[in-house]
Amino acid sequence: MGITIRNISKSYKNVKALQDISFNVKKGELFGLIGPDGAGKTTLFRVLTTLLFADQGSATVAEFDVVKDYKSIRNNVGYMPGRFSLYQDLTIEENLEFFATIFGTTIEENYDLIKDIYIQIEPFKNRRAGKLSGGMKQKLALCCALIHKPKVLFLDEPTTGVDPVSRKEFWEMLKRLQLKGITILVSTPYMDEAALCDRIALIQNGKILEIDTPKEIVKHYPKQIYNVKANNMYRLINSLKAYEHNHSVYPFGEYVHYTDSRTDFNTEDLKTYLETKNLSNIYIDKTVATIEDTFMELAK
Amino acid sequence: MLPIIFVLPLLQLIILSNAATFEVDNIKFGYIDNDHTSTSRALIEQFNASTYFNILTGFPSETLASYAMLKGEVDVVLEIPNYFERDLQKEKHQSIGVSINAIDGAAAGVENVYVSQIIQHFNKHVKVNLFQASDLQIQPISIETIPLFWYNKTLNYKTFMVPGILVLLVTMITLFLSGMNIVREKEIGTLEQINVTPIKKSQFIIGKLFPFWVIGLGLLTVGLIIAKLIFNVPMLGSLPLMYLYTSIYILVVLGIGLFISNFTDTQQQAMFIAWFFTVIFILMSGLFTPIESMPKWAQIITEFNPIKYFVEVMRMIMLKGSGFTDILPQLLKTLLYALIMNGLAVWSYKKTN
Repeated sequence: MGITIRNISKSYKNVKALQDISFNVKKGELFGLIGPDGAGKTTLFRVLTTLLFADQGSATVAEFDVVKDYKSIRNNVGYMPGRFSLYQDLTIEENLEFFATIFGTTIEENYDLIKDIYIQIEPFKNRRAGKLSGGMKQKLALCCALIHKPKVLFLDEPTTGVDPVSRKEFWEMLKRLQLKGITILVSTPYMDEAALCDRIALIQNGKILEIDTPKEIVKHYPKQIYNVKANNMYRLINSLKAYEHNHSVYPFGEYVHYTDSRTDFNTEDLKTYLETKNLSNIYIDKTVATIEDTFMELAK
Repeated sequence: MLPIIFVLPLLQLIILSNAATFEVDNIKFGYIDNDHTSTSRALIEQFNASTYFNILTGFPSETLASYAMLKGEVDVVLEIPNYFERDLQKEKHQSIGVSINAIDGAAAGVENVYVSQIIQHFNKHVKVNLFQASDLQIQPISIETIPLFWYNKTLNYKTFMVPGILVLLVTMITLFLSGMNIVREKEIGTLEQINVTPIKKSQFIIGKLFPFWVIGLGLLTVGLIIAKLIFNVPMLGSLPLMYLYTSIYILVVLGIGLFISNFTDTQQQAMFIAWFFTVIFILMSGLFTPIESMPKWAQIITEFNPIKYFVEVMRMIMLKGSGFTDILPQLLKTLLYALIMNGLAVWSYKKTN
């Protein structure tokens, strides 16, 4: 088993950061923790990486208990905190060497693991980490987290503040690492990235809302969603929100995702209603639920 | 950063050692001569001859003199009474009034000593000049003291200030650097990355101590060279002994710094706490005011002041040529202090919270 979490709770003064969290991550699984800022993702990471003691509950990482065997965990996990936290005044190479030395290993020993990523930043290996671009920083941080060949990799919002191309590359790298047998727990506030995970957990306000594969999780969505579009977006949203039968109204790209509380919902009714609100070019069509829709529904 | 660490303190050493003097000169001197005789003029002439006093003005009345002192135009006013010469001859006794501006208490004390010395000196001459031979027989026997200032023959203040200021600089730089260090890593987040590694607490603390320890000793070396070249401060004792003591002393300071660093969350907090301790340590180190003149409770507190021991040892080795056995008490206390502070630093550094 990669990670097991049993009834973990943690509070900071008045804030309940984690409330009775339990789930398992299988060995070699790419598991996503999806939730908005302040949902408790980082707190959970800190508990699992032995930086923080939980108030209640127990957890194991790579079969080591986070409290009793914390030393073994530190030898066997790689952690990439949300904030870039390598030494900015060391160069790429020096940072890598430094972390290799701390873990009692060398760059050469595990070079095959980081090779794919490292060759991309190698041309800049004498540049100081503080002077790197966001994407390069992420790659370096990932190299440093992998240098000791960890069994489990914790990535706390690794793609926040990274450009779309680098984000895509980053996820491809994660997929490759997964093939090497590394269990990966990754958190992200981006719903589109969730679809790339094997399984995801939706988390909000310190509680797990749902755990399943991305494909299954959207099936949990209870209603039919409609894409609604009209000539005036702002008035459209206000009108829909004022509509007596609405169940949920969210802007979603160029459309508004709308669900109706009635079971015998007819799109023509809605269209006539919207026309009375002086909207024209009205377009209403069925669509499938996304993870974002599911999250919004569950988070209600 | 490294040039800043070295250049600024050494500039401080040069500036402070030249400026922070206990000598008071260019004293603005005023007088009220109510007597107008050759004796009174001779007395004023004595002040004029002194290098410490600048004769400013004679005032016709006390009111005007007081007013001038209020405006800060004079520091010392000497008032020679009526019939000064006559009474001195007839009654062999006379008193004169001296008013000193005591806004700066330390300076006023020094000025008082200068004035008394000049008047005493004048006293001797006056005896010879004024009194007739018959009077000599009834002169009281006077005992004169001839002080010898050991270890600093000319009472050169630089000789004892330079080692002291050097102590301050080594202390302040190492304390601030170490105090800021771990907390800085907390701020920029690198500590979080370090904490998930298998590095041991003691390894981490030693890794943090060592660079500052080297910087501290480097600072001492450059400071000693400047002390020798610019201020010609004697170096009687053994240098290896001084380095031995300093290397232990720096560990104490670094231990305190890291301890502070572990208990604070931001560099500002660390800075204020480090600053709080430095000010207390410096003012109670015996560098500027003698520890012997402090109240009893304060003297007990100074026992816990590492700077006190360093100032003592530095002066003992440099000026007195003290050997290993002489500084052994201070050495042992400092060593104990170093062990306790670094133990606390390791203990208080928590990888988990």
